[in-house]
Amino acid sequence: MLEMLQLPLVVTAQVDLLLVLVSLLAFWTRLSHLNYPNAVVFDEVYYGQFVSLYMKRVFFIDDSGPPLGHMILASGAYLGGFDGNFVWNRIGAEYPSTVNVWSLRLLPALCGALCVPLVYLLTLELKFSHLSALGAAVLLLLENSLIVQSRFMLLESVLIFFVLLAFFSYLRFHNSTPHRTLQGTCWLILSGVSCGAAVGVKYMGLFSYLLLLVVASLHTWKLIGDKTISHVISCHLYVHRVLCLVVVPVLLYVFWFYVHLSFLNRSGPHDQLMSSAFQASLQGGLSRITRGQPLEVAYGSQVTLRSSVSQPIPCWLHSHKVNYPIRYDNGRGSSHQQQVTCYPFKDVNNWWIIKDPGRQQLVVDTPPRPVRHGDVIQLVHGMTSRFLNSHDVAAPMSPHTQEVSGYIDFNVSMPAQNLWRVDISNREAESEVWKTILSEVRLIHVNTSAVLKLSGVSLPDWGFRQLEVVADKLFKAHSSSLEWTVEEHRYGTSQEQKEREAELHSPTHIDVDRKISFWAKFVELQWKMLTVKQEESEHKYSSSPLEWITMETNIAYWLHSSTNAQIHLIGNPVSWGVANLSLLAYQLLAVVYLLRRRRGLKDVPDGVWDQFVCLGCVCVGGWLVNFVPFLLMDKTLFLYHYLPALCYLYLLSPALLEHAHTHLLRYAHQPLRALCVGALAVLLSIFLTYRTFCPLTYGSPELSAHQLQGLKWRDTWDILYRRR
Amino acid sequence: MAKAECTPKWNTLALRNRKTCPTPEKSFQTTFTPVSKDKNSQTAGHLAGGDTQSSNGPSGQFLARESIESPSKVLLMLVAGLSFSTRLYMITEPPHVCWDETHFGKMGSYYINRTFFFDVHPPLGKMLIGLAGYMSGYDGTFPFIKPGDKYENQNYWGMRGFCATLGSFLPIFAYLIVLELSNSCTAAIIAATLLIFDTGCITISQYILLDPILMFFIMAAVLSMVKFNQQRYRSFSASWWLWLVLTGINLAGALGVKFVGLFVIILVGLNTIWDLWRLLGDMSLSLVDIAKHFLARAFALILLPVILYVTIFAVHFVVLNKSGPGDGFFSSAFQSRLIGNNLHNASMPEYLAFGSTVTIKNLRIAGGYLHSHWHLYPEGVGARQQQVTAYLHKDYNNLWVVHRQQDNNSQSGNPDLVRHGDIVRLEHKETTRNLHSHLHEAPLTKKHFQVTGYGINGTGDANDLWQVEVCGGRKGDPVKVLRSKVRFLHRATGCVLYSSGKTLPKWGWEQIEVTCSPYLKETPSSQWNIEDHINPKLPNISLSVLKPNFLEILLESHIVMFRGNSGLKPKDNEMNSKPWHWPINYQGLRFSGVNATEYRVYLLGNPVVWWINLASLGLYLTMVAVASIATQRGFSLGQQRIGGGLLMLGWLLHYAPFFTMGRILYFHHYFPAMLFSSMLTGLTLDILFRSADLLLHPPYSYWFQRAGQLLLLFSILYSFYLFHPLSYGMTGPLAHEPGSAMADLKWMDSWEF
Repeated sequence: MLEMLQLPLVVTAQVDLLLVLVSLLAFWTRLSHLNYPNAVVFDEVYYGQFVSLYMKRVFFIDDSGPPLGHMILASGAYLGGFDGNFVWNRIGAEYPSTVNVWSLRLLPALCGALCVPLVYLLTLELKFSHLSALGAAVLLLLENSLIVQSRFMLLESVLIFFVLLAFFSYLRFHNSTPHRTLQGTCWLILSGVSCGAAVGVKYMGLFSYLLLLVVASLHTWKLIGDKTISHVISCHLYVHRVLCLVVVPVLLYVFWFYVHLSFLNRSGPHDQLMSSAFQASLQGGLSRITRGQPLEVAYGSQVTLRSSVSQPIPCWLHSHKVNYPIRYDNGRGSSHQQQVTCYPFKDVNNWWIIKDPGRQQLVVDTPPRPVRHGDVIQLVHGMTSRFLNSHDVAAPMSPHTQEVSGYIDFNVSMPAQNLWRVDISNREAESEVWKTILSEVRLIHVNTSAVLKLSGVSLPDWGFRQLEVVADKLFKAHSSSLEWTVEEHRYGTSQEQKEREAELHSPTHIDVDRKISFWAKFVELQWKMLTVKQEESEHKYSSSPLEWITMETNIAYWLHSSTNAQIHLIGNPVSWGVANLSLLAYQLLAVVYLLRRRRGLKDVPDGVWDQFVCLGCVCVGGWLVNFVPFLLMDKTLFLYHYLPALCYLYLLSPALLEHAHTHLLRYAHQPLRALCVGALAVLLSIFLTYRTFCPLTYGSPELSAHQLQGLKWRDTWDILYRRR
Repeated sequence: MAKAECTPKWNTLALRNRKTCPTPEKSFQTTFTPVSKDKNSQTAGHLAGGDTQSSNGPSGQFLARESIESPSKVLLMLVAGLSFSTRLYMITEPPHVCWDETHFGKMGSYYINRTFFFDVHPPLGKMLIGLAGYMSGYDGTFPFIKPGDKYENQNYWGMRGFCATLGSFLPIFAYLIVLELSNSCTAAIIAATLLIFDTGCITISQYILLDPILMFFIMAAVLSMVKFNQQRYRSFSASWWLWLVLTGINLAGALGVKFVGLFVIILVGLNTIWDLWRLLGDMSLSLVDIAKHFLARAFALILLPVILYVTIFAVHFVVLNKSGPGDGFFSSAFQSRLIGNNLHNASMPEYLAFGSTVTIKNLRIAGGYLHSHWHLYPEGVGARQQQVTAYLHKDYNNLWVVHRQQDNNSQSGNPDLVRHGDIVRLEHKETTRNLHSHLHEAPLTKKHFQVTGYGINGTGDANDLWQVEVCGGRKGDPVKVLRSKVRFLHRATGCVLYSSGKTLPKWGWEQIEVTCSPYLKETPSSQWNIEDHINPKLPNISLSVLKPNFLEILLESHIVMFRGNSGLKPKDNEMNSKPWHWPINYQGLRFSGVNATEYRVYLLGNPVVWWINLASLGLYLTMVAVASIATQRGFSLGQQRIGGGLLMLGWLLHYAPFFTMGRILYFHHYFPAMLFSSMLTGLTLDILFRSADLLLHPPYSYWFQRAGQLLLLFSILYSFYLFHPLSYGMTGPLAHEPGSAMADLKWMDSWEF
């Protein structure tokens, strides 16, 4: 140890000037004039609302991705002192002076800028030369679409940053020999962390993560086959990788949610999508209403019953003083008794009273007699005093099920069948007490053993378009349309109908705090995020994946409110072409190589071949996994979804050129020179195209309509002109 | 109670045969064992790379074959007998239309009656059903309106029997495939037993459905492929050619029945690529030899199936020459081929005139007729005016009247012709609303404008005016009925009437969206033709429409089929089966009967069989994983390699794609995958039993093996005995009601029998 402290202390620093140069340029292109335009640009309007909610610590669900992305954007806002008081209502709205636009956009822009040096380093780790690395960095540097996407409060640049970082650090680890140094482990852990972060920003990160796992398992497979290392060490290596590349990302992913849930503890606009128990854990909202409600439902309790189905909207068991029509439009008859429906709004008609069939009274005894699993009850509608009833009459919209009604005795030999058995489906003990909010209950009709069910169909005009409630005999094992929870609850005290009505109109109150565990909340939130259905609608600028390859469409991000200054998501057409060309060339070359190698003709030495294969796995594989899944998706897609895939192609192009240069054209001097000149010419034209499209990338300077017309390289691009 | 008499008979039959069975099997085992060991040592080198097909040396294989020959013949007969008797038993029960018989029976009848119809599946299956019906004396008169209709005196048994016969071949094929792959009679008999006694396979084979026909071709293709693989050391011999060509024929058959046949084509394709790759690496073959191999496969597996497939369609179009319910899906030119269609030898006024009543058809394939009806766009979807859609069926609501800009009164004398550049107002005949557009977003295609019906009895506004433009025409050209491609340009906004091809949601009755597109590029979506043309004031002239050639018809019918397929989206409230339900036998399909009093048939796999299959999949993967890690770590395995990779791949190919499909899915889509899964089970369990000698010493391991086989057989037979009413029909109370015979058998709450 002491030898290391020998004097003189010498610091030897190696600085890759190329790396520094491209980094500086990247920062310059991504960060200059970041607060221009001082207006909401495209999807900022979408992400902004979540940032505001973060600032106010209000709970929300966003099905577009896990919470890390929003958290990163929110932390930028937090650093800039944003207080969340801004209405994100339309694209192009001016930011007031209180909003620090620069800080809102800073973090995505930083990530976008860091992608450039990362690509440089990644190319080096793929074992290509500095010149190739420079080429890849320049391609990325001068890609207009990447610049646009990173200069605003959007998440793609963050995603690309983490994906590149994950691959870079994994390859660093893989190339470091021996593997088991501390440094190597650090790189591996960094890789796992970036994977977790990438998946945490957008679900799209999952594609790259899976690719990385495939590459890592191929490498591990080779290691397992290495017979020079003992079984124990081999096993150890394997466990090591699984820990860093699988366990760490999964834990991180859960951790993002932990932060998200512990941070957002106030009720907000999306409460209603969640279960009652979840809502009760948020401050305000339901917990304000339900705080202090009695926990155990007793005979004489006044309750509202919420259906566990929250699709399309949550609703409560409801009845009102209107009867089913004697005949429906299609000629079928009904019982003409009082309608029972499910109503999506809070209403005094949602109150029901739980009655013991053996007794007349509708008030709670002292002490209260709780209702247990298996007990038989009657349900009395609070405002009309009708009993919840079902009988062998076809339901209005779902004729294969039984009608449910508020019983009216018309003296037509249709007796009351109003006994219901309480079946608590999430019970832990057989004689469990029916609990407010927590218990999910099925109400089983005693006479017909049908179950009270929300059919999900809305009634026609005679039923005020409320949702139909039926009793269904064929009950499936787990269907949330059969489950009901008590949401609001109080012990009834008034015997007289008049008093009771007054009581029902008064708000509930009282006080206890109910907690559900983090895991329950996590599982529920994750499930909701994956199953919440977006309304499938086409956006003006949406596009189909096949259009991305040729950049058929652009996206108008912003237009100045009075001039022609505008920002578009348009890629650099030349780089785009280079990327597509290299993709084709690689595949062609790979097929030729493979066929010839199979016949025993080795065009390149084995080391080079391995390098070539590795390049293909990462770059072509990366392109495939980030592109092909979109072909199968039924979602509204935009051009920016293609950017991660594009980055992989930019990695590929210079490396492939170098491969061709050093191996294919080794002995042919004439084409070699042509290749170099061609590459330079392409680089120059990339730079010129970048310059040409700069006004649409940065939104300044303003162009005349004629100049804009000149930039419309494709007929399908939508460039906006202001009529003067 | 024919059922009660017959079941024990089978059981005794099965048992008796079983008793006789072990003896030949034992002898086979004893003679076979040394041979197979010999073969192992011989082929170990070949297989080190993890090859999934057993590549046997010619001599070893030959020897093994000799010794297998005699017991396998007996077993094959047994399998065939059992298979046919289980499938053909009670074939005519229930004597009413079950489930999809209403479609496929009907389509069979259409072939007999030669009326044209439209279906999302290719025609071979339905043609065969029709043929079977025709041969057995069915006259095509039964309407097949809905499930539950009684057949009365119709000869429906022929069609059912035909399907059941094809279905009976499945266990036989499974037996032969597994025998080829593993050279083990035990594995083969396990696979066949699983299929013979699976209630699901029996049920799906017994009715007029496409599935037994499809599965027949799939299995036949796999069998021929496996046989072909075995011929690899006798390249270009007669049997080599025979199996190769048979593979191609069966592939064409599979694809000709349903597009699911594509998966088996991929399987064969991958296998062929793998085979060619192997040949390419064989340095003893010259490039010319390899080219010959390649060309032979290209001919038999690509060219031949394509020719056959096209032939099937040719027959289809030749047979169906009468107008029928499918006309509206096709273009005007196509319809003119059909006898009885109003376009066949059509006679109508030649040029479009003001005051004419017309139908306007979109030129995009399966584009539909311009349509409107008494319903408004719902709240929040543009303006709340009357819907305008495109509709594929011929309907009274497709009629529009061509008016001048101003007047509504019919003139006397000869009406004026509509010419290129004229301004017209299109009035919907039934509702007297004008075709209208305005600057609101269209319901689905947000980039376009909404098209509505507006005004009443001819009063409207300036947004009701459209300019007629004949594509490729000049100002003043008249509009030819049927032959002119017409565009309708909206006067006020300059957009063009467009059919986007997207299906509207429920409020639009799942008809096709019509919009007004601001993009003026000429595409078939924005071009229309005048199909029917009624104007009593003009002389009718016989029109000979340009008849399309065969390739155009073929292309058009395929596009229509694909559109139809992707249009089968699950409805909001409909119970949709999810692919993950299938392997666990989560929920079946009601073939017939709902109530306690009815004769019920429920398509559900024998749970024991299906769960054994599921477990074997896991077991197989574990075995492969352990074996490959061990090999990779340098242990040599004494075990024989199994040809399970091919079957595993087949299972994956027939199962995994369903996860990405947006169309509506049913339980029966899993059955082709289930066949592969069962064959894999045969192989896996056989290997598992034989691995007993790793743990136990010879006599015990042999007993263990026998005990395992017997236990397996017994559990399959017993579960079949328990569950056979699912296939052969049950009456009485439903399973969850008291007093039902099936009460104890409702092992999962989701089963609905």
